[in-house]
Amino acid sequence: MTVLSKNTENTPSGTREYLTFRLGEEEYGIDILKVQEIRGYEQPTRIANAPEFIRGVVNLRGTIVPIVDMRLKFNCSKVEYNSFTVVIILNLRNRVVGIVVDSVSDVMELASDAIRPAPDIESAIDSSCILGLGSVGERMLILLDIEKLMSNVDMGLVASTE
Amino acid sequence: MADTHGGSDGDFDLTQFYQVFFEEAAENLDQMEQMLLNLDLTQANDEELNGIFRCAHSIKGGSATFGFTDVAELTHKMESLLDRLRRHEITPIPEMVDVLLESADASRSLLARHQAGDTGDAMPTADLVQRIVELAAGSSPAAPVAAQPAVAAPPPVASSAAVAVVADAPAAVAGSGERVLQLKIGPVDNLASVDAVKELFRDIPGLGSIEDQPCAEPQYRLFLVKTHSSNEDLLDLMVFHVSKEQVQILEYDAPSAVDRTASGSYDPDAGLAEVAIDHVQPYGIFDGAPGAPGIAAAVAHEGEDAKPVAVKTAARPNMAQMESTSIRVDVKKVDQLINLAGELVIIQAMLAQNSQALDPTANQQLLAGLADLDRNTRDLQEAVMSIRMIPMSTVFSRFPRMLRDLANKLGKKINLVTQGEATELDKGLVEKITDPLTHLVRNSLDHGIELPEDRIKAGKSDQGTLTLSASHQGGSIVIEVRDDGRGMNREKLLNKARERGIDVSDNMPDNEVWMLIFAPGFSTAEQVTDVSGRGVGMDVVRKNIAALNGSVEIDSVEGVGMRVSIRLPLTLAIMDGMSVGVGNEVYILPLSSVVESFQVNPADVSTVTQGSQLVKVRDEYMPVIELERVFGVPRTEGDKRSDIMVVIESDGSRVALLVDELLGQHQVVVKNLESNYRKVQNVSGATILGDGTVALILDTSSLVRKSR
Repeated sequence: MTVLSKNTENTPSGTREYLTFRLGEEEYGIDILKVQEIRGYEQPTRIANAPEFIRGVVNLRGTIVPIVDMRLKFNCSKVEYNSFTVVIILNLRNRVVGIVVDSVSDVMELASDAIRPAPDIESAIDSSCILGLGSVGERMLILLDIEKLMSNVDMGLVASTE
Repeated sequence: MADTHGGSDGDFDLTQFYQVFFEEAAENLDQMEQMLLNLDLTQANDEELNGIFRCAHSIKGGSATFGFTDVAELTHKMESLLDRLRRHEITPIPEMVDVLLESADASRSLLARHQAGDTGDAMPTADLVQRIVELAAGSSPAAPVAAQPAVAAPPPVASSAAVAVVADAPAAVAGSGERVLQLKIGPVDNLASVDAVKELFRDIPGLGSIEDQPCAEPQYRLFLVKTHSSNEDLLDLMVFHVSKEQVQILEYDAPSAVDRTASGSYDPDAGLAEVAIDHVQPYGIFDGAPGAPGIAAAVAHEGEDAKPVAVKTAARPNMAQMESTSIRVDVKKVDQLINLAGELVIIQAMLAQNSQALDPTANQQLLAGLADLDRNTRDLQEAVMSIRMIPMSTVFSRFPRMLRDLANKLGKKINLVTQGEATELDKGLVEKITDPLTHLVRNSLDHGIELPEDRIKAGKSDQGTLTLSASHQGGSIVIEVRDDGRGMNREKLLNKARERGIDVSDNMPDNEVWMLIFAPGFSTAEQVTDVSGRGVGMDVVRKNIAALNGSVEIDSVEGVGMRVSIRLPLTLAIMDGMSVGVGNEVYILPLSSVVESFQVNPADVSTVTQGSQLVKVRDEYMPVIELERVFGVPRTEGDKRSDIMVVIESDGSRVALLVDELLGQHQVVVKNLESNYRKVQNVSGATILGDGTVALILDTSSLVRKSR
């Protein structure tokens, strides 16, 4: 777990498992150990004055869970909610958060030497939240530090002054 | 409400809280013992030592509060030793663990004695205390063995209860409780050694008297004993000098049912019968009776004796039952139970909703089952919720002692009256209300109640009265701290506020002036005492209460007294809610803050400056809050317009909320929105509706504040 919070340079060798999902044309991977479950999308309860990408909150067996639409956050061009839309429920440090993605692909094992540092590019997300780029055959995975991403103030999940 | 009890100084009834203390103390002792046993002396870590220290400390605190000075003293010494240990001023050695364990045992037996009603000989602890002091000083005790007897013979509760008769009434002459016994000791080799038994009677006051009697048999000695003690106690006392097998205790007096409680049961039938013939008869008890009836009579006694003994043992299970009527459970487990019950209620509501469309005739059985389920789940939820409810007496119980000490310190006379101690409140609230309440009570005593001479000058009785009361009012509990002291001076408060740069005006209403004392750093006390007067605290009091969704009100009349009332919700976990619809969204209003609702006539709404609106309800104008606008509810063409007003009240002011429709009233399980998300403006929490969706609960006090 601690490995993820470190930079890619000093990641020790060894393979980790990643859950991969699609947002528009891109494929992302997150540490499988952060994933609690995967559910179909259901209409959340809107929260007033929240950023657009926070769709609202849902009831997950008695727990109130906020739902973040990653496609809105990552500025995907096409955002639609249909029967294939999937919510990945993440369990991050005592917090449960759901993220909406277009589809979940599979679980992949990646050795640390298969991960290249991400080039410094202008993007919708803070580049420090990108662990690196993983290559699996012809495919390229953007590996996210989902914990860091979700605890970012601009995600609006945590109050800016704590 | 009905149970009011008052106590004048020095006469507080603490006994009702003993049970809780004994439970806690026993738990602490067990924990301490466990930790002591697990302690690795070579590398004792601070955490463990601190844990042991805390246990000793809590026992000390509790026993001091309840006046069990012997336990407090012993645990205080233990605490000192542990304190030096955890500060690494001395290194732990096995003797320390030994002495601490022994002290724990001694505390246990002392506590048991107190629990049995302070009867019986207290276990001597001087030796233990001495050893602890030596160890704390860093020296190894010379003879730890010397203490062994003291520890080895803690008077068991059962027997000490009987010794009590003696201890409590040492002056009593041979009266109804005294028994005359014959003591037959032997066979012994050295008859002189038995003299030690005689010395026992001489040394222990109140034990009774002993006289030599001639004995026909060699190696045996006979004594005539007059005592209040039971046979078991006598045997326990003599155990250091002669073994139990060597002692026979025989009834000497003409037996009467009252006197013979718990006697004679020790000896086997044969022994009693035999002695009855050999020894008792010559002394005239069964004068004239032939041998055989003598035996019969003796055996008959035995039979009779069995009865009182049976009564005695029957009383024991009763006590055990009392002890086991409460169990201590981790609050987490209870909360889990509450959550599960809440889930069940939601699922049940979902089933009820989905079954509405079913044909009642075709699905009669199913619907009947669902109706039963409805009732059962609600009962279950109520029962589970009640686990968390504890009576206010647990809070009030802290005050008698504190007030007494404080009153002595300040030289004031005070009478504490508590009302409504049986009022139940959620455990979480009880814990959080204790500190604010303590502060208010201290404040009343320090600033409110005058010195006796001032009171007499003011024409009041020299004894001030402080009243703590708790009562249910609607969906909330109201806790009041009242005193008949000097009250507050309006001018003084206003002047003080100006000094502090607080914006005030002379024509402020009284209740607003009183609220000034909640401003940070505000104190009108002429001098700062170590009790209060530094002006810290009242603002904390209000903050704490506000954090519990509660409110504070102050009422004061100068020279007559002051009343602070705290209003709190009954529980934080469940509340009665009213659901209202706006557009396609559902919001929950706490029913406790809803005053009324009505369909609004556009003519009653008037727009004032900057577009804010007022509505006229009877002769009162109140601000209008459009929920649609506050929450930015999306509207589609053709939606109906909001035309229902719900009047809500908070902190004494009212506003009218404009909503589309009223959907219903129901109990809602309050869920925390912040555990996974963050604080949302104007929202106090969330709940799950019957269809499984989430609805937000409105924070009425922030909505009302917003309108100001």
